[in-house]
Parts: sequence; C-alpha cells; structure tokens
Amino acid sequence: MSDLTSTGLAGAARLHRGDNRTITALQAFFAMFRRDLTVTRREFVQFLLQALMQPLFFLFIFGKVLPGIGLAAGNFAALMLPGIVALTGMIAAMQGVTLPLVLDLGFAREIDDRLLSPLPVWWVALEKVIFGAMRGAIASSVIFPLGWLILGNGFAVRGDRIPYLIGMVLLTGLVGSAIGLLMGTIIKPDQISLMFTLLFTPLLFTGCTYYPWGALRNIRWFQILTLFNPLTYASEGLRYSMAPPVQGHDFPTISIAWTLILLSVSIVAMFALGTRTFLRRVIT
Amino acid sequence: MPDELSNGNSLEHSAIAVRGLVKRYSKAKVNAVDGVSFDVAPGEIFGLLGPNGAGKTTTIGVLTTAIVPTEGSASIMAVDVARDPIGVKRHIAVVPQQSNLDRSLKVREILTFHAAYHGVSRKTREALADGLLAELGLGERKNEKVNRYSGGMAQRLMIARALMHEPSVLFLDEPTNNLDPQSRLFLWERIREMNARGLTILLTTHDMDEADRLCGRIAVMDHGKILVNDTPAELKKRIPGGTVLEIHAVAPSADGGVRETLHAALEALPGTAKVEITNGNSGPDASAGPGALNIRVYGVAANALIGPAAQAVFSSGAQVRDLSVKQPSLEEVFIFLTGRHLR
Repeated sequence: MSDLTSTGLAGAARLHRGDNRTITALQAFFAMFRRDLTVTRREFVQFLLQALMQPLFFLFIFGKVLPGIGLAAGNFAALMLPGIVALTGMIAAMQGVTLPLVLDLGFAREIDDRLLSPLPVWWVALEKVIFGAMRGAIASSVIFPLGWLILGNGFAVRGDRIPYLIGMVLLTGLVGSAIGLLMGTIIKPDQISLMFTLLFTPLLFTGCTYYPWGALRNIRWFQILTLFNPLTYASEGLRYSMAPPVQGHDFPTISIAWTLILLSVSIVAMFALGTRTFLRRVIT
Repeated sequence: MPDELSNGNSLEHSAIAVRGLVKRYSKAKVNAVDGVSFDVAPGEIFGLLGPNGAGKTTTIGVLTTAIVPTEGSASIMAVDVARDPIGVKRHIAVVPQQSNLDRSLKVREILTFHAAYHGVSRKTREALADGLLAELGLGERKNEKVNRYSGGMAQRLMIARALMHEPSVLFLDEPTNNLDPQSRLFLWERIREMNARGLTILLTTHDMDEADRLCGRIAVMDHGKILVNDTPAELKKRIPGGTVLEIHAVAPSADGGVRETLHAALEALPGTAKVEITNGNSGPDASAGPGALNIRVYGVAANALIGPAAQAVFSSGAQVRDLSVKQPSLEEVFIFLTGRHLR
C-alpha cells in the first residue's frame, strides 16, 4: 500500500506524459502490436499447424500424387504453388482477425480495454489488420521450404521477380486481413459456422488458386466470376512472380499492373467497409 | 453542497458534468436516457441507482465514450465526451459489470499492457503492477491466465487494471454484483481507500446498502430520468412521514372492491401520509393465494397506526397474516420512488 500512496493517485494526470496526442496514440498502437506479438509467439506452434496443415496436404496430393498417377501435367505443381502461397497467406491473415473479432464483439468484449486507450478507435482496427497481414506473410513464407521439401523436383520458382514476390506476399496478407476485419464485424457468434461455409467456401474455390485464370477462357462466365474475388489477384500476381517461363515464354497471367491496382483497391475497399462496421459495433 | 453543484455554473470545477443528456437508440420507441443532468465534484463518490433498464448503463456508456449522445452534453474533467473522446479516455477508467479481461494474457501482463496502451513507461508500469497485485491479494497468482480466476478475483483484477494509468475518474458498473460477502466487504474497503486518495468515483448499483455505505450522493434513475439526486440521509427523509407500516393480508376474494374500500379506510386514518396496496399474487408472495394483498401505509409514526390499520383491514373483510413497521432505508426510498412492479 505504501508503494501506491507514494506513487499517488491524487496526482493523476501526472503520469500522462507530454501532450503530444500523435505520440500517445502511436505508443498505444505499438503496445497493441506488442500484445499481439506476445500472444502469437506463445502460440506459435499452434499458429503454424493451423496455417500449414491444409497446404501441406494440398501440396502433397495435387503436386505429388496427381502428377505421379498421371492425372495432372508435370508442371501443374509449379502453377499451383503460387496459388497455395496466396491461399495460405490469405487464410492465415483472415483467421488471425475474424475469429477473435467475432468473439470479442459478440460477448467476450476483451477488446474494450483497447478501445478505451487514448488513440482513435479505428486505429484498433488498423492494428488488427496490420498484425493479421504479418501473420499471413509469415504463413505464406513457410510454404516455400515446405514446397521444396514436398515437391522435390517439381518445385520451381523463378528467381528474377523477387521484389514482386515480396510485394505480392505482403499485399495478399493485407487483403486477407482486411476481408477478415469485414467478416469479423458482420458475423454474429451464433452464425459463425454458417457464415464460414457461406463466405469461406466460395472464396476458396473461385480464387484461381488451383488453376490459372487464363485457362478458364472456355468457361467464360466462371472466368468473369473469379474477377470479383480478391484472391484471384493474389494468386495471379504470385503466379506472375513465381511461375517459371514455359519454352522461353512468360507464363500467361492477368497483367501485373491490373493485379496490383485491383488488389490495392480491394484492400482499401475492404478496410474502409470493415472499419465502418467495426465503428458501428463499438460506438452506438 | 449538492445544490451548489447542480446549479450549472460549476462545469469547469466538476469531475463529471452532465447537461440535458438524451440517448435514443435507433429503432427504439422511447429514450433510453431522457434529459439527465447532474454534476459530480472531484473526490466524490456518486451513486447512480435504478431498476434494470433505468438508463444507468447507457449514461455510463456516454460518459465513457462508447455511446454517442443524441442530445445534450457531458464532460469529464472539463473535456467534452463527444468532441474529444480521446482526451476523455486519458482521464477515465472503467470497471464493467462482466469480466472483459484479456484471456490471452497472463494476469500481470493484463496490467502492464493496459498501462502501455496508456503510454506509462516500462519501469513505472512494472512497479505499479506489482504494487497493485500485492495490494489486491493477487500477487501469488500473477503469472496465471485469468481462466482459473474466481469472479471475485477477476473483479479485483479489473480494479487493479483500472488504476494502472492513474485515472482521475473511475466508473464502477455494479461492482459487487455476484460477489460473496467477503469479496464485497474487501471491495468496499478498496473503494473507500481509492476515494480517500483523491479518485472521483461514479458507481451504479441496485444494492441500497452498498449505495448507503459508500456514496456521498445518490441519484435515483427510472425510465431514463433522474427522480432525485441527494445525500443518502436527505433521501431517507423523502419517505412521506418517514416510516412505513407493512401489512400482508388475505381478502376473501380477488375482486378489486375490497382493495378500494380498504384503501379509502386506511387513507382516512389520522397520521397516514400515503397508502399503497398491491396484489400479493405477483412478486415474492405468489404462493399466498388469489386474495393476497401487500399493504404499505406511510406515516410519521407508523407504529401508532398498527391498531387502527389492523382494525381497518379486519373491517374490510380481509385477514392480517403479518405486520411490521420499517425504519426508513434507501430500499424504502427506492421502492417508494420507482414502484414495486417487476421490470
């Protein structure tokens, strides 16, 4: 008790260092980021298992088994690998944001402590999105050694577009966590399994992960449909950055300029919508 | 003193100032908070009382920037809650009704991260956390997660967390709800202590005893409005006459005729200030049968009314089952002001 009396509650505001609000807000933002780091570090093995179990089997079945029994062409693995990198990053980013947010806004309200911190409320959403993107980028990166191990000779990544590759991995994480924010703020806890099926499954299969976009030209309506899924741009952008040239020609993908523009537009749009619903949920 | 505070000129001297506050939720038919004004002086413990749904939690929500007022204004330490919510957050701390502790963190981290969100330096926050954990009897279990904490421990931890950034105003929303008597006493002790160190406290409760023990001033709310705002002692004087005679009786039938006759007869007795008769079938006496009546006779000296009132009951054809005289308590004031019906 004596400790406390000497620190004194009466002198309140004394602890409030300086009056620069931007600095105060940044301090709060980074403290929240540190909090997420602490929690993720503690559950790192769980996080990796959760993020990598599915791609592990995808790589094995689609990259090794199907070509091995003659049901897929030999370069299928090289075309699918970028899709797996995109999907893994996107899902890991989404999972890091959506599920905790649904529970928090639904009943746990653990987020209240952060909402009461001296920073603009939408920064709390921003922190979640940036941290989620980082989780996504980590999960994406782990696919490379994993693919190398599983695919063996089938593992092929071109080495001359590394800057694009890094940029695409980051953008994929961001679009995943921005979608995660939107989903996390619109899904109610009692709808969680239904909404996952309704939103997740179509997202997964219309995102050009297991097939290149160009190959869909014979199923035109589906080709157009896939353009509404941000995952398509993530997959195609990564395919552009990773797929080795075929007989001296670049593998055909959606143009990288369009990919980058539309992916960025998706990120901004999803984040704006997600922040709007987030604010509606936390301030009435 | 209360009157000085509520005259509206003391805004910059108040820890909390609320003026004509209205909150109407979209789709709602009535205002959740309907024109509320009050002031809390620095260093005061102020109680907000009222039945469930009276508007207490909404009022706290506005003061803690989670709810945007529809009309009127509110300020904390002269900072307007709607115009500068971030400024307000630097001054306040909130202990909610239900635990919202961060279950992914260890107990001590809950405190240190909270302080970090508020920009408290590492050295200060670690010292503060250890001090508070020891003070609140949580020092031995500071490296656990909160999953295994009891309700009382979670409550204490939330109080510790609230104090980590040294707020000027503390909001306690039904702090001792669901606590065992030991935890309750412990918490009351802590609340008084925090207040003695200069912290302004606004607490909501429907425990009259708690309000009576802790609060310097109490506002009773119902249907979004403040009915009275005064010291506990002054509030008790509001019971007409000051004492209450409570009679449980059974009428031969459930028809309203007996009730009306009885009401008139009791009101006519000399020394009666107010008579209230409710049907005993609802509420706690549901087993009493169809003709059960709860009668409350308010008067200056309710004990002098025992004989004549019993006689009046008897003459109306009903039978007295039990009878008691109550000294004024806040509970009586509360029931007198807000009525007996269930919410």
